[in-house]
Amino acid sequence: MTLMNEIHAPVPADIDEPPADANRAPKMSARDVSVFYGDKQALNGVSIDIRDDRVTAFIGPSGCGKSTFLRCLNRMNDTIPSARVTGKISLDGQDIYHSNMDVVQLRARVGMVFQKPNPFPKSIYDNVAYGPKIHGLASSKGEMDGIVEKSLKRAGLWDEVKDRLSESGTALSGGQQQRLCIARAIAVDPEVILMDEPCSALDPIATAKIEELIHELRGRYAIAIVTHNMQQAARVSQRTAFFHLGEMVEYGKTSEIFTNPRERRTQDYITGRYG
Amino acid sequence: MTLLIALIAIGLVAVSAWWLAIGRARDLRGKGRLNSLPAYHGVHTLLWALLPALLMLAVWAPIQTTLVNQAVLASAEGKALPAFDMQRDAILDEARQIAAGNIDHGYNPQSEQLAPRFSEAESRYGAIGGGIALLLTFAGAALALRRVVPEFRARAGVERWIQALLVAASLIAILTTLGIVLSLLFESLRFFKLVSPVEFLFGTSWSPQTALRADQAGSSGAFGSVPLFWGTAFIGAIIAMIVAIPLGLMSAIFLTQYSPPRLRAWLKPILEILAGVPTVVYGYFAALTVAPMVRDFGLAIGITSASSESALAAGLVMGIMIIPFVSSMADDSIAAVPQAMRDGSLALGATKAETIKKVLLPAALPGVVGGVLLAVSRAIGETMIVVMAAGLSANLTANPFASVTTVTTQIVQLLTGDQEFDSAKTLAAFALGLALFVITLILNLIGLRVVRKYREAYE
Ligand SMILES: Nc1ncnc2c1ncn2[C@@H]1O[C@H](COP(=O)(O)OP(=O)(O)OP(=O)(O)O)[C@@H](O)[C@H]1O
Ligand SMILES: [Mg+2]
Repeated sequence: MTLMNEIHAPVPADIDEPPADANRAPKMSARDVSVFYGDKQALNGVSIDIRDDRVTAFIGPSGCGKSTFLRCLNRMNDTIPSARVTGKISLDGQDIYHSNMDVVQLRARVGMVFQKPNPFPKSIYDNVAYGPKIHGLASSKGEMDGIVEKSLKRAGLWDEVKDRLSESGTALSGGQQQRLCIARAIAVDPEVILMDEPCSALDPIATAKIEELIHELRGRYAIAIVTHNMQQAARVSQRTAFFHLGEMVEYGKTSEIFTNPRERRTQDYITGRYG
Repeated sequence: MTLLIALIAIGLVAVSAWWLAIGRARDLRGKGRLNSLPAYHGVHTLLWALLPALLMLAVWAPIQTTLVNQAVLASAEGKALPAFDMQRDAILDEARQIAAGNIDHGYNPQSEQLAPRFSEAESRYGAIGGGIALLLTFAGAALALRRVVPEFRARAGVERWIQALLVAASLIAILTTLGIVLSLLFESLRFFKLVSPVEFLFGTSWSPQTALRADQAGSSGAFGSVPLFWGTAFIGAIIAMIVAIPLGLMSAIFLTQYSPPRLRAWLKPILEILAGVPTVVYGYFAALTVAPMVRDFGLAIGITSASSESALAAGLVMGIMIIPFVSSMADDSIAAVPQAMRDGSLALGATKAETIKKVLLPAALPGVVGGVLLAVSRAIGETMIVVMAAGLSANLTANPFASVTTVTTQIVQLLTGDQEFDSAKTLAAFALGLALFVITLILNLIGLRVVRKYREAYE
């Protein structure tokens, strides 16, 4: 019983612990978020803040609701007819589930990179230019070229593809495709980037490149990343949230979660007793 | 009669063999483990007793007809028959009918004399065929019964028979297709002996009415098929597609992307009902409802040549008929675009319509094109609508309010009513049929290829 109460504690304590820039409000904050697929509850009362000066990692065993939560943050759950979200999620203090929220605009501000690379069957250039074109971010061809180049450079892909921008994005290797998808996401110049197991389909070298990329993007964007790889969470994130059976069991500094977790379940998971 | 008796006998023998085999196998079971269950031994024996004999009878039936005819013609009465083919065949036919008891009296006295010869020959050859078949039954049953031993794999034996049966079933479909092609080819060759293929393929004038008697006034027959194929393409590939492609595509997009699941569950079957409406019904809808409206509309906008049988009326209705084809193909190919692609676009802040236009449709395009090709091939082979609504005059015109005719309409025209079976007019129908067959075959092949290639793209 005591365990349950602790889980339902609205906000984990150390979020309010004064960091370097304590006076800045969190970029996104979720309060008591629950998600139902039909009658089945997939997420129960999750509260968490995502700050733009940190990388937040979500870990937990398969099926515990990490992807579900991530998809709440840019309302991708809207595409699943049976999904229902309760609670409050705000971006810069604005409720994203409020009826006057423009979902399309929200998704431009909160970008997403999926577990499986999903480039469009278009050229590399068109893949990156897709978002900027839709949102009218470039007024000329030259400006668009600039956006494409800048995004590919930030995603660490420019050198590999600069001579073949007109080739199909689907012809790239898995790791290149994933970096292309990251380039595509940052081309829209979002404020938050959500990554759902971005490295699960990649080899160690491609994974290392993407981790490096996350390091570089930190500070410019608020980043939330789901991962099954403990080492990866430890390497790239400053904050870690542990999910289990649809509940957020523990949230805290990554170093503390990994060395000195408060919860028994967190410890069991991290030491590999299940999951 | 003899055949029926033979069949009953074969059936009785086979059933008793089946029963015997099961009994034997049951007895054997006491002595140790059987490889196959008694039921399998039974079926194995039954199949061996039944199938070879039935196969033999099926082969024998046409042979018997020939043999009977030969025997009858060789008899004294047969030799007295007139030599002329058609007359002789008519009498023979009558005699056969009398012998079978279908009619009491012949129109021709000779046929009544001939009837007993028929009965004799038929019972003789029937007895021979039936006898051989019965022998085969006994042989098959005996052979199979001898193999009712514990280690015999009757299960595998039954399996082989079933396999053979399935192969035979699929062969029938293939052979029928082949037969259709051959008969078309054969008749078309006869046509091309009378009319040169160059005139047929490139001539622009079509008036198949040949003079029946030498002194008769009338056209000498022109067999240029270009106006017919133009009419077919104009109605089936142009007007119908202008209707069907946008409507089909848009309803597919609505059904897959916008409609709530419950509405979709209602709308999709309703749309598919369109495909189940008999084409005759479409035909009179076109002729009685749409055609007058189209004509009035044409007259209202000042087209004095507007005819009550217009390409537009037929094409519009055919387009409606084709909608379910296009929409279900488009539905499939849009649904085959991975959800990840859709999510990728939506997550970049694209609206639904933008996602459809920029990601789904380009990705689904090959499948849609394949579907459209299949729909065109269906449309140009369609007959009832154009027969009822498109008219008969072979005009080479691009005016949708004018009357045009199509290949299928003309085939119907050429083959209905009294015909001589060796006139160019009648044979032209086969040449048209062959050309239409080749065109739809090519469209189908390309369409299926495109669809298949596209399906692989995402796997
Ligand atoms: N579209 C859906 N419809 C119904 N149930 C769903 C749907 N998506 C997810 N779920 C359910 O919600 C729960 C959480 O799923 P979710 O995908 O969020 O897990 P996850 O933590 O991301 O797991 P993994 O690590 O395997 O990706 C699971 O029990 C899952 O079965
Ligand atoms: Mg997941």
